Amino acid sequence: FMQRGLDSQTKKQLEEEEKKIISEEHWYLDVPDLKEKESCIIEERSFLPCEDLVYGRMSFKGFNPEIEKLMIQMNSKCKKEEVEVDDKMEADVSDEEMARRYETLVGTIGKKFLRKRDQRVLKDDDEDGEDDEDQNSKTIPTKKAKKMFLKPQD
Amino acid sequence: AGGGAYWVDSQQKRYVPVKGDHVIGIVTAKAGDMFKLDVGGSEPASLSYLAFEGATKRNRPNVQVGDLIYGQFLVANKDMEPEMVCIDSSGKSSGMGIIGQDGFLFKVSLGLIRKLLAPKCEIIQELSQLYPFELVLGMNGRIWVKAKTVQQTLIIVNILEASEYMTAEQRKQALAKLSGN
Repeated sequence: FMQRGLDSQTKKQLEEEEKKIISEEHWYLDVPDLKEKESCIIEERSFLPCEDLVYGRMSFKGFNPEIEKLMIQMNSKCKKEEVEVDDKMEADVSDEEMARRYETLVGTIGKKFLRKRDQRVLKDDDEDGEDDEDQNSKTIPTKKAKKMFLKPQD
Repeated sequence: AGGGAYWVDSQQKRYVPVKGDHVIGIVTAKAGDMFKLDVGGSEPASLSYLAFEGATKRNRPNVQVGDLIYGQFLVANKDMEPEMVCIDSSGKSSGMGIIGQDGFLFKVSLGLIRKLLAPKCEIIQELSQLYPFELVLGMNGRIWVKAKTVQQTLIIVNILEASEYMTAEQRKQALAKLSGN
């Protein structure tokens, strides 16, 4: 069959003949292909997913603590969805309290970062020191003078 | 679960191995590296000694003939011998493995097992109020019970066996008598 002296033409003819034979066979293969359809039915032989059965190993009243832990673990896999919903309700601090805390928190932490001069002002404001205002006005400019750059006198 | 699923519920006593089912098996033979387990099916299941949590070639599990094993089926079809393992897909034992000493093993119908395994099963809830005990339910119809005394164990066994045919009222009467004692 594999002769050395085959001309290219005869080779081509042989190939074409082979292809014809194969394509004729292909005709027969096409028909079964059309009939094959993917079935939408999945067969499941176990009862486990059907009736949502629980885990088979159980312990009661502390007989075997490891298995009791396992029971909680296994059964919580089913109830994960419920737990997620409950999380919103179970927050330790209610939303209102959080808001109130934040208000005061911002004030107290903000004070920390004020400069000393400003802190004094805040303090005096809180203490209702009307009499002290004059003193303040004296002290503040002096402080200001201190903090400003003093030009070296030649 | 059960979204578009249809199943036929029938009463049967003979178990057919199904992949993924948790069952109680009895070790009948040790053949080199494999154990033969009787699971109540048409042929014994095989269990490799490496299919336990933390088992290596040097660290072999201590399994003797006559031991009880709680495991799940890795392979179970009608053409091949069923194969069991005592670890799950992540390599953890999660409660599977050799069931300890003492306790009592008995056989019930498959329908009762499914009833007992239903979520929020009344029988189990009522029994759990009685005394502390441990319970292993195999899908092959086998139940293993262990309580503090032999008497308590036998009481639980009798209630479980009888609850197949008792009505709920009869059961509650029987339990009321027991808790009264």
